[in-house]
Amino acid sequence: MNQRFLYIIPIEPFPDAALIGPLGRFLSAAFGDEIRVQHVLLDLRAAFNAERNQFNSSSILIELLRSGPPDAVRMLGVSDFDLFVPILTFLFGEAQFGGKAAVVSTRRLRDEFYGLNPNPQLLQERLMKESVHELGHVYGLLHCPVQRCVMNVSANVDEIDAKSVLFCRSCREELRCRRSAQP
Amino acid sequence: MENKEIGILIVDDEASIRDSLVKWFRGDGFRVAAAGNAEAAMQLLVEQQWDIVLVDIKMPGMDGLELNRRIQEIDKDMIVIIITAFATVDSAIQAMKDGVFDYISKPIEPDDLNILIRNAVEKRRLTRENVQLRRKIDNLIASDYIVGDSPQMQRVLEKVAAVAQTDATVMIRGESGTGKELIARSIHSNSKRRYAPIITVNCGAFTETLLESELFGHEKGAFTGAQGSRKGKLRQADRGTIFFDEIGTISMKMQVDLLRVVESKQFTPLGSEKAVLVDFRIVSATNRDLEQAVSKGEFREDLYFRLNVFSILVPPLREREGDISILARHFLDHFAKSMSKPVHGISKEAMDMLNQYSWPGNVRELRNVIERSVVLCKNSEIGIGDLSFPFRFRSGQMTGDSIDDIEKAHIGRVLERTEWNISRASQILQIDRTTLYNKIKKYGLGNVT
Repeated sequence: MNQRFLYIIPIEPFPDAALIGPLGRFLSAAFGDEIRVQHVLLDLRAAFNAERNQFNSSSILIELLRSGPPDAVRMLGVSDFDLFVPILTFLFGEAQFGGKAAVVSTRRLRDEFYGLNPNPQLLQERLMKESVHELGHVYGLLHCPVQRCVMNVSANVDEIDAKSVLFCRSCREELRCRRSAQP
Repeated sequence: MENKEIGILIVDDEASIRDSLVKWFRGDGFRVAAAGNAEAAMQLLVEQQWDIVLVDIKMPGMDGLELNRRIQEIDKDMIVIIITAFATVDSAIQAMKDGVFDYISKPIEPDDLNILIRNAVEKRRLTRENVQLRRKIDNLIASDYIVGDSPQMQRVLEKVAAVAQTDATVMIRGESGTGKELIARSIHSNSKRRYAPIITVNCGAFTETLLESELFGHEKGAFTGAQGSRKGKLRQADRGTIFFDEIGTISMKMQVDLLRVVESKQFTPLGSEKAVLVDFRIVSATNRDLEQAVSKGEFREDLYFRLNVFSILVPPLREREGDISILARHFLDHFAKSMSKPVHGISKEAMDMLNQYSWPGNVRELRNVIERSVVLCKNSEIGIGDLSFPFRFRSGQMTGDSIDDIEKAHIGRVLERTEWNISRASQILQIDRTTLYNKIKKYGLGNVT
């Protein structure tokens, strides 16, 4: 039987390597997948938009799928680049809905981005929430109207802080069904 | 309305914009599709039902503003949001003039996009709800019709039709139970105010103080026990109709207050200093001889003239030729259906009895009699035995001069007096029970169970 590996791929340069270990343990508990951390050389030249000084998250997803480990059932790129899609000013993360790859950025999860003092614990918590949220989309979950559910949509850090790191009962059940139906 | 029931169509010539929006909305569970130009969008608009359309203003071929105009021609309730990378004041003004829901510059803040779509969905939901409610109201109006073919009722209905479309104040006169409230509702439901409420105030049911609070409403603490503020009936009737039932019973003080409201359409809730302006139509009803009340000084003449602009007299049931049978069958169908009983008709004898009765309680009494008879009926047809009502014949048809006529009337009176207690009636009449039963059967008298 094939092992189910969820790869965490830190997108270099990633300044907070210490965030990755706890994130891996939490994702393993949340999704029941075996976690592997792997550094991959990605060519992100096409993703960079000089005019906006941001990286196109959809292009990063394409690159992850192209260059990611071949035995990855799912993978999460963790970056400190400021992400965007053409219609929006920024994104905390993006996922391939019902697919294989997701990417999250710590750039706008940091308090210092908003002129505040660094808060590593809060950053860790926000990263966990956004990672679970994007991987939830990879599993096919939609945004959830329950405010405390991790699948509730967040357009700013206050909204991320207001929700829990956990799935609501209905999303948990949905995830269970989808997990049993997927590889 | 769940997100999956909302269809969002994205029209943009830039594939990356289309893709990112499709992805964004799909994550929220919306039904989403995208078109690269206005022509492809028109095709999708014709093929499927959409609720919100996001349109790029600058596209090759037909531009976003022109597409918006075309969409408005198809569905004026469609929510169109214009997106542009090159916002100009002129194009924004033009878009707003053309009735677009909003106008946004790209790139947009995720927060703003969420709020924009939430507002658009809410507006669409309200529009749909509004359409459904209007449809429901129209269906209710259609089913709440007035039954009656008699020339007397036809004249009443002609008057209703003539006055409904105007905003004239109407006074409905008639005996108790003739259906004055139904006439008032018919006036309201055929008027341009029909989508606003009709508020009924039963003036006879309140004391003077209570009626005042009921009508004008009150602020918190206006009087002992006023623990919260309350919107009065006059305010509830704003844009609709207020129906004053039993208007002849209101006190002189209330008449003064009401006159002021009727004249100015303005009033001050109890405990408030601020006057409230309302827009309502007044329909009132009474079974009292108001002219006599005016002449006795019990009803203000000025208020009488204000309320009695257009008068409708609802005839008593005994004067409505042929309507008793029609109404009896109508109520039979109604109650048989609501009680799920297989009662399909009324026997000839029972119908004759219904037609001979004087119906002092009018249509309301007939309705009650039929309801009771459907409850009692064990066959497919209501018979004499199922009818149960006080035994009074219509005066003039009450009896002839033969011994049988006199005997029939006398037995009927005794039965009525004893509330159909056969033992007591037979004692009074000094005949045995079997003879009494036989006579009841012979003369076709009321209910024997």
